[in-house]
Amino acid sequence: MKVIVDQDKCVASGQCVTAAMDVFDQRDEDGIVVLLTDTPPDELAVDVHQAAAVCPALAIVVED
Amino acid sequence: MARAAGCPFDPPPKLRELQDEAPLVKVDVFGQSVWLVTRYDEQRRLMSDPRLSSDVTKPGYPNQQPVQLPKDDDGPGIGFILMDDPEHARLRRMVTAPFMIKRVEAMRPQVQKIVDDLIDDLLAGPKPVDLVQAFALPIPSLVICQLLGVPYEDHDFFQVNSSILLRTTETIEARNKARGNIGGYLHELMGDKLENPKDDLLSGLAERVRAGELSRKDAAGIGVLLLIAGHETTANMIALGTLALLEHPDQLAKLRDTDDPKLIASAVEELLRYLNITHNGRRRAILEDIEFDGQILKAGEGVIFPNDIANRDPEMFPEPDTLDLTRDARRHVAFGFGVHQCLGQPLARLELQVVYGTLYRRIPTLRRAIELDEVPFKHDGAVYGVYSLPVTW
Repeated sequence: MKVIVDQDKCVASGQCVTAAMDVFDQRDEDGIVVLLTDTPPDELAVDVHQAAAVCPALAIVVED
Repeated sequence: MARAAGCPFDPPPKLRELQDEAPLVKVDVFGQSVWLVTRYDEQRRLMSDPRLSSDVTKPGYPNQQPVQLPKDDDGPGIGFILMDDPEHARLRRMVTAPFMIKRVEAMRPQVQKIVDDLIDDLLAGPKPVDLVQAFALPIPSLVICQLLGVPYEDHDFFQVNSSILLRTTETIEARNKARGNIGGYLHELMGDKLENPKDDLLSGLAERVRAGELSRKDAAGIGVLLLIAGHETTANMIALGTLALLEHPDQLAKLRDTDDPKLIASAVEELLRYLNITHNGRRRAILEDIEFDGQILKAGEGVIFPNDIANRDPEMFPEPDTLDLTRDARRHVAFGFGVHQCLGQPLARLELQVVYGTLYRRIPTLRRAIELDEVPFKHDGAVYGVYSLPVTW
């Protein structure tokens, strides 16, 4: 599984952090997404897909 | 469109009929023909499409009244909610930091204290009591005042003016005046923040004004938006959510009997989905022709997204009209979708989790003090809810 985020698209809703806090974080200055790992372990797949689905800005892409 | 008698928590039946008919239907509103997007999947795809504009002055934007934007030096700016990118993103990013998940989560103890103290007051006071005035309104008002740096002693002023502004049956003059009142207040407060900055959001905006990144007018406009959105919406979710739970005792019992944060969080998402208090629909104007599932949505046409019926789409949420606190409702669109999705949602979630996780445990015999059909629902509200809710225990 590979995760790609687009910081320009991100609107800092923070929902990815709620869905998968081991994979996504937010920049201190403006809450924009920060990727903690672009190859999370498979056991986080459900959470990562949830994060991508709830991102209102479509800023998260997951490649299986 | 009107809700059915006796079904105060359900969207208007007409919306369900249109949803059954097609995902996109043309309807006549405000003297123009607009697209109504009735289903979940189509709403998400179109609400995240940058060819749709939130700018009320664009041709086709569905509007009840002819649009008059504030002129220069005439009150606060409009706030980024009615702007498009890139200006929308530039302004929004100036206020996203305080709503980060970890910073909001750090507020949990102080929100818990606010809720606990208000419940102490309820228990010590007379009953029946109006839950809206004694509990639902003070909680988010206290929280947003702390976050923004607005003196809470001014709450009567901004609550009354917000309530006029959001009441669709008020005249446009009265609503504009109410907005002007809050705008003038925020403009003045911004002057105070410029002179005596503190550790709060408005002082952060004042810093931007000093640095020349933001006009004082736009800063005041953002302040108006956050102050109103920060207290009205959550207050309505607290009171209407409580009423919905009282009408579904089996669901209320689940909350009363648990301290599991996961179940409480799940309950919040389900109540957001089920109640969808921003019931008038999000509006957009189409900037260029869009080919969408074999249809052409033309530039200059308007679009309305009634999120309430999308959240009742049976393709997405099986048995959508059933309130089930244990279902996974996290993908609801109660906060909208796309770049304009609610900025304050982490704070709203925190407040609702604390309230729903505390109130019914501490007052397990809470009940309505009037009949359901006597409850004054906000049918004419830009935000749905109840004007008052007398309760006892």
